[in-house]
Amino acid sequence: MSERKIRVMVAKPGLDGHDRGARILARCFRDAGFEVVYTGCHQTPEQIAASAIQEDVDLVGLSCLSGAHRALFPRVVELLREKGAGDIAVIGGGIIPEQDVPMLYESGIKAIFTPGTALDSIVEWIKKNIKTH
Amino acid sequence: MDATIKKICAGDVRAASRLIRDIEDKRPDAKVKIKKLYAHTGKSFIIGITGAPGAGKSTLTDALISEFRKLNKTVGVLAVDPTSPFTGGAILGDRIRMQRHAADDGVFVRSLATRGALGGLSQAAGNAIHVIEAMGKDIIIVETVGIGQQEIDIINHAHSVVVVLVPGMGDEIQTMKAGLMEIADVFVINKANRPGTGQLQTELSSMLNLSPKTADGWKPPIVLVGDAFERATFDENTAELARKIEEHHCFLEQSGQLTERMHRKVMAEIKDALGACLMEPLMQSLISSGEMGKLSEKIKNRKSDPYTVAEDITEKFFQKQVKK
Repeated sequence: MSERKIRVMVAKPGLDGHDRGARILARCFRDAGFEVVYTGCHQTPEQIAASAIQEDVDLVGLSCLSGAHRALFPRVVELLREKGAGDIAVIGGGIIPEQDVPMLYESGIKAIFTPGTALDSIVEWIKKNIKTH
Repeated sequence: MDATIKKICAGDVRAASRLIRDIEDKRPDAKVKIKKLYAHTGKSFIIGITGAPGAGKSTLTDALISEFRKLNKTVGVLAVDPTSPFTGGAILGDRIRMQRHAADDGVFVRSLATRGALGGLSQAAGNAIHVIEAMGKDIIIVETVGIGQQEIDIINHAHSVVVVLVPGMGDEIQTMKAGLMEIADVFVINKANRPGTGQLQTELSSMLNLSPKTADGWKPPIVLVGDAFERATFDENTAELARKIEEHHCFLEQSGQLTERMHRKVMAEIKDALGACLMEPLMQSLISSGEMGKLSEKIKNRKSDPYTVAEDITEKFFQKQVKK
């Protein structure tokens, strides 16, 4: 029997169209041996939650550079829970002020990575903390 | 009925998607589930979309979903993208083009990585199609990985095959070649606003005119689809594509060809299942018993050859089966 392959979704909620960071992460996850579903920009939390379930991913990585993370990130977690998929972990990154981080963790986001984070450390975090379904 | 099967037949997305994953990851219980599921499959119309990387398969799939949804049909999509031969990772980017349908309950989109399969699909594709059939989707669109000339496994899975071409890929000799050019039930010349469209259309038509009238009497139509950013024309063109596919579907049913295609599909399935039942355990036992190493050594030293070895193995294998 072969091992479970880690499946990750990289998504950009909200209105900002800057996805360089998200694309770099998607590539980096690919090179780490994960299967990476990329949704592209301008996604609603509803689209993201529905896609994550259709794709049976273990983890959703959200990237937001517009400042709307306080509203958008927790909404994704909430929708996943409503749909009985609270076991899909959600992490986030982007331009996120330090004072917002505790609120995001409280809302159920499992990790926040801000600019300057080494790519390897994100992969390490995933390998250590994400249990495949 | 098994709880998972019940859920899938009721359209449960989570259960369906998980079973597809179990199939991909070759979990032993996946086979058991497929056996139970099989009676609930076989009712969907399956469309294959294939063509070179970047030809526009995902964008056309997105447009087709819209067309079928207008007719109140439910749609399932399997979209295949390549696995890295180096890391085993994959970027599954087809669904980017289809995200406007993400939150529509009548649409289910699942991405698959090839995981080393070379025929344009993934090994899991056949059974993944069955899972979506059991969900009750009216139409299933299977988008292959970007292909070249002969990765045409799709013909063993789809009822109607759409081959997507773009202008500027070579002269008329390309249209004469075997493989991809033979499998189309409908041709699309995509990006038909680009130079070379007329030429490609002429070459395709003359190729089709030269083909011996297909035994079944269907002549693949050629649908021109323009720039996806010129939305009005594009929508008209893709509506035409949906109509041509539907025409082919009717043709299959009326001519009795559908039964023949189902037969081909089932034969391919039996072959796959036989492979899984015979080859995989055989290879595993050869490797785990250390026999494989010895045989390889013999062949490397030219004391034997692969054919003799294969014949010996098969003979022993069947003798064992008879004794059982």
